[in-house]
Amino acid sequence: MNEKTEIPNVRTGMHYTTGNHAAAEGALAAGCIFFGGYPITPSSEIAEHMSIRLPQIDGHFVQFEDEIASIAGLLGASWGGSKSMTATSGPGYSLMVENIGLGMMTETPCVIVNVQRGGPSTGLPTLVGQQDIMQTKWGSHGDYEPIALCPSSVQECFDLIITAFNFSEQYRLPVTFLMDETLGHMSERLIIPAKEKIKIVNRKKPTVPPEEYLPYKPDKDLVPPMATAGEGYNVMMTGLTHDERGYPVITAEAQELNVKRINDKIRLNKNKIIKLEEYMLEDAEIALISFGSTARATKGAVSRAREKGIKAGLLRLITIWPFPDERIETLADQVKVIMVPEINYGQITREVDRAVHGKTEVKGIFKLGGALHTPEEILNEIERRVK
Amino acid sequence: MNKDETELIEAHEHPLDVYLRDGRIPHIFCPGCSLGSIATIIVDAILEANLDPKNVSVVSGIGCTGRIAGYLNFDSFHTTHGRAIPFAIGLSVTDPERKVIVVSGDGDLFAIGGNHFIHAARRNADITVICVNNFNYGMTGGQVGPTSYIGQFQSTAPYGSLEEPFSLPYLAASCGAVYVARWTALDVRRTKESLVEALQKKGFSFVEILGSCPTTFGRRNQLAEGKKILEYFKEKAILKHGADTREVDISKDSEFAVGKFVDIEDKDTLTDHLLQLQKIAKASARKGGKI
Repeated sequence: MNEKTEIPNVRTGMHYTTGNHAAAEGALAAGCIFFGGYPITPSSEIAEHMSIRLPQIDGHFVQFEDEIASIAGLLGASWGGSKSMTATSGPGYSLMVENIGLGMMTETPCVIVNVQRGGPSTGLPTLVGQQDIMQTKWGSHGDYEPIALCPSSVQECFDLIITAFNFSEQYRLPVTFLMDETLGHMSERLIIPAKEKIKIVNRKKPTVPPEEYLPYKPDKDLVPPMATAGEGYNVMMTGLTHDERGYPVITAEAQELNVKRINDKIRLNKNKIIKLEEYMLEDAEIALISFGSTARATKGAVSRAREKGIKAGLLRLITIWPFPDERIETLADQVKVIMVPEINYGQITREVDRAVHGKTEVKGIFKLGGALHTPEEILNEIERRVK
Repeated sequence: MNKDETELIEAHEHPLDVYLRDGRIPHIFCPGCSLGSIATIIVDAILEANLDPKNVSVVSGIGCTGRIAGYLNFDSFHTTHGRAIPFAIGLSVTDPERKVIVVSGDGDLFAIGGNHFIHAARRNADITVICVNNFNYGMTGGQVGPTSYIGQFQSTAPYGSLEEPFSLPYLAASCGAVYVARWTALDVRRTKESLVEALQKKGFSFVEILGSCPTTFGRRNQLAEGKKILEYFKEKAILKHGADTREVDISKDSEFAVGKFVDIEDKDTLTDHLLQLQKIAKASARKGGKI
C-alpha cells in the first residue's frame, strides 16, 4: 500500500466475515467516528474491531469503566458533533437504559448495538436469545418511542446498521440495533458497496444565527435542527422537562408539549421507519411473524410447508419498534392463524396479539434461549395447526 | 461586554450578565448558599484563563451544584445523576480544542459517580472537575453523603454519621489527577486563581470547593446560616500548599488544610493517547497490518 493512501472507512469489496464485524464495518461506513464500550459476550468482537479500525480513520475508541459510562460518553461525543456507537448485550443494555432515556429526552443521535444472549441476569452469556425486545421498548422510565432495527444476515448487519445511524441522525434519538449471538458470531458473505453508493443521512443543522436559535423548536417533521458544541450556539441540554429554549420548566404544560413531541415525531414518521420483508404472503392462510436469526429457520419452514401444499407465508420484522400494527391487522383479516417463533417467552407474540384486535388466532412458538428453532420444529407446529 | 461600567450601572447590568442565560434568573439556590458566588468565580476564571468561550463546555450531573451548568451561557449540559464525567469525556476527546469543565456536587461525583471519577483521573482525561462539597445531599432534603464527617447529623443520619468520609484531594491524587486543590467558598480570590491554573492545565485537574449549605446541612449541625458556615471555614481552614494529601482529611470541629496540593507537569492525557493511537494504527495498516 502506498504511504500516502488514505485508509478507507468503507472497505468496498467482497468479504467473508461475522455479523459482529459486519456491524462494525457498517457503522464505520455510516460515518461513526466514536465508539465507547465495555467488554461483554457475545458483542466484544465489535469493540475489538472498532479498536483496530477507528484510529485508522481518525476516530476514537474508548473502553470505558462500565456500560453506564459508555452510553454517557456516546451522548457527550454526539453533542460534540461525532456519530457515536456502543455495542453490548442484555446485562450491559440494562445498565444503559437510564442514559438511553437521557438520549430520548435530549434528542441525541447515537446507536446502541445489543447482541442478545439468553437472560434474565447473567443467563446464557455465550448462547443466543431474543429476550430484550421489551427492554428496548420500555427499559427507561417515562414515555418515549424508540426505534429498534433487527437484522437477519451478516449482509444485513452491515446494510441495516447504516439505516440505524441514518434514523438516529434524522429523527434525533438513540437507535437500538438488535442483533443476537448467532448472528454476531456466524460467518457469511458480505458485499460492501462503493462509498458513493451508500446513502448517508446527517442531522439537520440550524439555519438561523445563534441569537434566533431555539434548540428544541421543531420543524414540520417534529424534529428540531441540532447545533452541537463549539459552533457558537451555546447549546443547552437537560434531562429535565424543557421548553423550546431548552430551559427546564417543571410544569404539567411543559411536560405535555415536550414528551408528546418526542413520541409523536416517531409516530408521525413511522411509515418511513417501518421496514418489513414479506415472503409468500399473498395467498397465505397461515402467517408466520419472525425476526433476527429465527426468521432464517422460519423462512425455511415456510418453503417446506409450501412444498407440502400448505399456504404459509412469512412477515419478517426488520423494524421491531415502532411496531407495524397496521400491517399485522390487515394480515389478521387474511389469515386463519399467526404463528410467532421467537427465542423468548412471548414478547413479540404479545405485541402481535395486541395488534390483531382479536381478528385471528395468535400462537407463539417459544424457545427460552440457548438454541435456535430448527425449520423442522416450526414446520411441525404449522402442520399440527393444519391438522 | 461592549458597554462601559457607567452604562452597566445605569442599566442595572453586571459585566458577567452575558455569561448567564437570559431568563434563567432568579436561580433556585437558597439564601446563604454559596453556589451563586461559586458560579461567579467559575465564570471569572474561564475569562481570566483566556479560554475562547465558544470552545468551553460545562457539564453537570444532578443536584444543587448540578444546576450550575444550566445557568451559564456556554455550551452547557445537564446530564444524569453521577454521569457528568463520562459525558464530558465524550465531548472532550472528540475535539482536542474544546475545554470541558465538570461542575457537580459531592454526592453526584463521589457516591453514584465515584467509579467514573477514579477512572477519569487514572486515564488523565483532559477535563477540569470542580466539586462543590457541601457535605450532604441538599436537593433531596439533606441526606448523609460520602463526604459527611463522623458525627454529622443529616436526615438519614439522625444519630450522627458513623462512616468514614472520603478525603477528596487524597482520592483524586491517588488516582492520578495532575492538579489537586481545595478551597472554601470564602476564598474567592484564591479559588479563582487556582481555577485558572486548573483550567490551563493539560490533563485531569480537580478542585474541591467547600460550600455553604445552611438549609439542609447547617440547620442540623449548629450552622444554620450561610455566614456561620463561612465563619466556621475561616476559623478551621489552614493554608497548606503542597500538603501531603494523606493528611488533609476533614473531621468534626477540627482544623483542615486548604491549598494547592498537587501540580504535575506534562503527563500524557487520554486525548494524547488517542491521537498517538491514530498514528500507530495508520502506520501499522500501511505496513500491511490488519485493516
